[in-house]
Amino acid sequence: MIQTDIIIIGAGPCGLFTVFEAGLLKLRCHLIDALPQPGGQCSEIYPKKPIFDIPACPEVLAGDLIDRLMEQISPFNPGFTLGERAEFIEKDEQGQFIVKSSGGTVHRAPVIAIAAGLGCFEPRKPPVPGLVDFEGSGVEYIIKDPAMYKGKHVVISGGGDSALDWALYLADGVAESVTLVHRRDSFRAHPDSVQKVLDLSARGGMKLLTHAEVVGVSGAAGNLDGLTVKLKTQGELALAADHWIPLFGLSPKLGPIADWNLNISKNAIEVDTFDYSTNVDGIYAIGDINTYPGKLKLILCGFHEATLMVQSAFKRIHPDKKNVLKYTTVNGVNAF
Amino acid sequence: MADIKVQVIDREGVIHDLEAPTDMGLNVMELCKASELSVEGTCGGMALCASCHMYVESPHLASMPEKSENEEDMLDEAFFVEDNSRLGCQIKLADEHDGLVVRLAPVG
Ligand SMILES: Cc1cc2nc3c(=O)[nH]c(=O)nc-3n(C[C@H](O)[C@H](O)[C@H](O)COP(=O)(O)OP(=O)(O)OC[C@H]3O[C@@H](n4cnc5c(N)ncnc54)[C@H](O)[C@@H]3O)c2cc1C
Ligand code: FES
Repeated sequence: MIQTDIIIIGAGPCGLFTVFEAGLLKLRCHLIDALPQPGGQCSEIYPKKPIFDIPACPEVLAGDLIDRLMEQISPFNPGFTLGERAEFIEKDEQGQFIVKSSGGTVHRAPVIAIAAGLGCFEPRKPPVPGLVDFEGSGVEYIIKDPAMYKGKHVVISGGGDSALDWALYLADGVAESVTLVHRRDSFRAHPDSVQKVLDLSARGGMKLLTHAEVVGVSGAAGNLDGLTVKLKTQGELALAADHWIPLFGLSPKLGPIADWNLNISKNAIEVDTFDYSTNVDGIYAIGDINTYPGKLKLILCGFHEATLMVQSAFKRIHPDKKNVLKYTTVNGVNAF
Repeated sequence: MADIKVQVIDREGVIHDLEAPTDMGLNVMELCKASELSVEGTCGGMALCASCHMYVESPHLASMPEKSENEEDMLDEAFFVEDNSRLGCQIKLADEHDGLVVRLAPVG
């Protein structure tokens, strides 16, 4: 079990900066994020786009902003549970929160800060009837263990780098057959991979179906054995398949937060702007996930919210200690 | 020119008759959001999220500029894509869009 002072759910810019402000007050933090990397929207949606409204940074790439935040918080040694979604929150007899995440990791702390942004980034699932019946038994949205495709007939959907890279990887002596199904005939992937896919399919090393989409799944006893592919001009096609891997990118979903007894309005958590506390004592919400009159979903506003929030968290964690604001210029940053 | 008229059909099939200024650089995603229609516009209009996927149902489609590579790329990650699919944030409202009719695409 991981014990800390503040469990931060969401490692976007606001969650990351919370570690810094908490560190100044000598509070330890542990971050949980469903994504395998920190940075939230900045890393997942627009790492290469410049941001112009971070104070004193006339221009910074979103990805660089995250790198700098990681550097800024490193003295405070935060813990990370990445690639796991925070699922359950409960309280133990000592009044501490227990947060369980999807990989089975258990976290314990007196305070929770929810910095969950627009929600959890999850794979986009194609609207194919009956799809859920095959999830985990033939339909996978993420490739965790490429060895499981050994000797199998695999179909991949999508036109981005991950679709092409995996198609090439699995076609190289892993799967029995690989078919790539894509909506149009150009790809939004690295030109090099595109060329390789075109060459390989011309040689018969994999099958490429363009202007096509998977519209049906079939199989007995929950095991996938075939797909229906709709071709734009030539009608439908039945395809034998042991696995279908739809790779359509990620999009944020509110997810389990809706079940934590928090007051939610329009997919955001209502907070008191005094300290960004929620209706549940000890749980705070900052950044894009919260809402209050006048809310703006901006990084700089989330930084401010994080700063005020940790002051209140400090009082909760150390009710008998006094905290006086000290400028960082006075003592510098004292690592722990 | 005065405001133009834009008709938006929401996911429940309800028709919304909107009026839009053409001198404010508004795009159709922003117009929908400003009118409290359920269009997320997650990426703020940068063709990076596909939450503003809609169908252009009026003849305006034919005279619209071709989809940019970015717009096509993003539509690759959307579902229910049709020939008249566009990202609303990539349609900048101008006088020639008077009478435009769009239908919001289902959310996947
Ligand atoms: C294209 C684009 C351009 C933008 N440009 C600007 C700009 O110029 N200036 C600006 O100030 N803002 C900009 N923004 C907005 C800015 O990115 C957000 O305000 C900011 O990312 C919010 O940070 P956050 O930490 O609150 O949440 P996020 O960055 O959304 O991070 C939240 C994290 O929480 C995780 N999470 C959610 N639920 C769970 C759970 N249950 N378990 C585990 N993890 C969970 C998610 O996976 C995610 O990684 C832009 C946004 C986009 C998309
Ligand atoms: S608002 Fe994100 S693609 Fe249009």
